[in-house]
Amino acid sequence: MLKNLKALAGLAGVLVASVAAVALAAKPEPWAILFQKPESPVMEQIVSFNDYISIVIILITLFVLALLIIVVVKFNEKANPTPSKNTHNTLLEVAWTVIPVLILVAIGIPSIRILFFMDKNPAAEMTLKVTGHQWYWSYEYPDHGNFSFDSVMVPEADIKDRSVRLLEVDNRIVLPVETDIRLLFTSEDVIHAWAIPALVAKIDAVPGRINESWVRINRPGIYYGQCSELCGVNHGFMPIAVEAVSKEAFKRWTDDKKKQAAGPSGVEVAADAARPTTGSAR
Amino acid sequence: MAYAASHDAHDDHGHHPSGWRRWVYSTNHKDIGTMYMVVSMLSAVLGGGLSWLIRLELAEPGIQFITDFQFYNVMVSAHGLIMVFFVVMPALIGGFGNWFLPLMIGTPDMAFPRMNNVSFWLLVAALILLVLSGIVGSGVGTGWTVYPPLSNIEYHPGPSVDFAILSLHLAGASSVLGAMNFITTILNMRAPGMTLHRMPLFVWAMLITAFLLLLAIPVLAGALTMLLTDRNFGTAFFKTGQGGDPILWQHLFWFFGHPEVYIMILPGFGIVSQIVSTFSRKPIFGYLGMVYAMVSIGFVGFVVWAHHMFSVGLTSSTRAYFVVATMVIAVPTGIKIFSWIATMWGGSISFKTPMLWAIGFIFLFVVGGVTGVVLANAAIAVSVHDTYYVVAHFHYVLSLGAVFSIFAGFYYWIGKMSGRQYPEKLGQLHFWTSFVGVNLLFFPQHFLGVQGMPRRIPDYPDAFTGWNMVSSFGALVTALSTVLFFYVVYRTLTSGEKCAANPWGEGASTLEWTVPSPAPFHTHEVMPKIGSQPAE
Ligand SMILES: [Cu+2]
Repeated sequence: MLKNLKALAGLAGVLVASVAAVALAAKPEPWAILFQKPESPVMEQIVSFNDYISIVIILITLFVLALLIIVVVKFNEKANPTPSKNTHNTLLEVAWTVIPVLILVAIGIPSIRILFFMDKNPAAEMTLKVTGHQWYWSYEYPDHGNFSFDSVMVPEADIKDRSVRLLEVDNRIVLPVETDIRLLFTSEDVIHAWAIPALVAKIDAVPGRINESWVRINRPGIYYGQCSELCGVNHGFMPIAVEAVSKEAFKRWTDDKKKQAAGPSGVEVAADAARPTTGSAR
Repeated sequence: MAYAASHDAHDDHGHHPSGWRRWVYSTNHKDIGTMYMVVSMLSAVLGGGLSWLIRLELAEPGIQFITDFQFYNVMVSAHGLIMVFFVVMPALIGGFGNWFLPLMIGTPDMAFPRMNNVSFWLLVAALILLVLSGIVGSGVGTGWTVYPPLSNIEYHPGPSVDFAILSLHLAGASSVLGAMNFITTILNMRAPGMTLHRMPLFVWAMLITAFLLLLAIPVLAGALTMLLTDRNFGTAFFKTGQGGDPILWQHLFWFFGHPEVYIMILPGFGIVSQIVSTFSRKPIFGYLGMVYAMVSIGFVGFVVWAHHMFSVGLTSSTRAYFVVATMVIAVPTGIKIFSWIATMWGGSISFKTPMLWAIGFIFLFVVGGVTGVVLANAAIAVSVHDTYYVVAHFHYVLSLGAVFSIFAGFYYWIGKMSGRQYPEKLGQLHFWTSFVGVNLLFFPQHFLGVQGMPRRIPDYPDAFTGWNMVSSFGALVTALSTVLFFYVVYRTLTSGEKCAANPWGEGASTLEWTVPSPAPFHTHEVMPKIGSQPAE
């Protein structure tokens, strides 16, 4: 009886997670022109830095455009029949060398600060290991009993919500919110790249190497991404989907997975049950 | 005997072999230049046609007509390889370089005319091999970067990749021979009085380009050879588990690949400099600054390669170095932009077609340049790496930069090359339709990129539909505009007005405008003397 209740609670937890997922699904939006809304500290910094640098480059471009318009209006052959012979102005030449240097310094300093911030997180609380395959991803949870599962794109025929076509997978990665998570990447065959625009800057999964990055997810939701390194015929069809849930729901989920992994039918079943919300595939 | 033979040849001056012998056996820089232009145009139809098919496939979500995704990847790869090695380089270096470098420095021909012939025919052989690579197997679906392990024999069985490797080897050999020829010609055969600091900027651009080719291509050749033996002879330079590393390929490839970018754009800088000065009726502003800006772009271009590899797992310190080094390039590039504007400033500008293309080049190069500064920042680069943002960036600097400079050069020099002037109205129409088309085509790709659309995919999530449709519409406009260009070529060659020796007036001060149009088979039989000649 108690056991059944627990199972029910577990189911409820998953349901809550799916409801939260309805609240936030980070994916590309039609006609959008800006970054997807960042939901991790690293992406927040990257996007705000990009906002800053965008202002700089738009101003530079408009400045050059303004100069070109002035030249076209004032110095066409009708407006100015006799050309000047001026070919030097030391002050001007020094200015257009030094001012760009100053602008670049103003860009470079915050740039490199973010670069080191996003590098590694020695205080990570848990690890997710990501392996790229032609053409799907597999995930391992070394800190939670080392269970693993494959994550394959849901084919178009089984997709109900068209906005996640080519983005939805059969088994989403489940991760806790507000937790520093170490991410390890490798590949079993060719080079792939793991990218979730709202959460992590992309990093390559290279055979024979392990790359490291980290993520801290701000709030529950589903986050979508796609493989971003040409990896062969089905490169466009190996998406990534993370389901971020509360720490409690995550603990229930991993406990479940551990139990299933220990069970007689092993990993295959575990992989199957890891599918929180979407229909079957493969 | 040898003397007698060369004496006979000397008697032959003014005459030249006719029929196919004139072209196949040609040692004449103008004929070889023309053949390079023709190859470039044919390749442009092929490479541009592929890009048009790609945009057609991407016009709407879902699969339109390409059901074989390997074929899609082959088209993407072939488009890149053809555009880089068989369209842009042959037009700018082989075409305009061969035609105008000897004319501009006042020498009768290149230093090694027969080697010039070999360069050209190696390129043709390379093109044939590349086309064959698509026919002999399932094609090269690796992208133009040919990254292993995808390009290894396990993932690309069959001879396609080997054919592509041999094709690039021949194209590389062709380029290196051409580079040696250009360097020798420029350093040894300038007319009396033309010191290095009096050379037109186009000649400077070709000199620096030639040095970049000479130093970068051998590295590519080495890497290609290693890949070839990995594929066929059991070596493991790029194979993990056997002591190799696929990242090594990326270092070698980009050590060539980044200078390659400047190899494609520096000749364009040179052409634009000549045109801006001619049509502003002013000498170039800050000539020495322009020269040394190009020299420093060439130097720094060799030490920034890993900014193409920010996501492969380099340490942050390594990436920090490449961030800084890459941003340094913005400084000499800025000097060039501002010097062109300063050249126009105070000028008396006539907006003939070549000038329109040159001004279009300057503006679009700025747009592509500032997104380059964005991408120099590893932090942002890794969030948009391998997305359409990068596609937009490099098409702004290459498709809209290098290709605009090719069109600028075409309209500027076609009178000299063919003896007939292009139709002005049609030329301007070609410019404006192209300008609108390419911006519609490439600007929305920035938006797709920041939203996360990966490059090299045949289908995309539905949210990307809107901007992809705009982009494909832009491709339609650009394609129509290119058809118009071929009509302009046809009209020029069949019914263009006879062109004077110097159709541009006092602003055109370089030596090619002192010889008749079309430039005779042999020019500068008497060495021109340079007094207070160009630029300074
Ligand atoms: Cu992949």
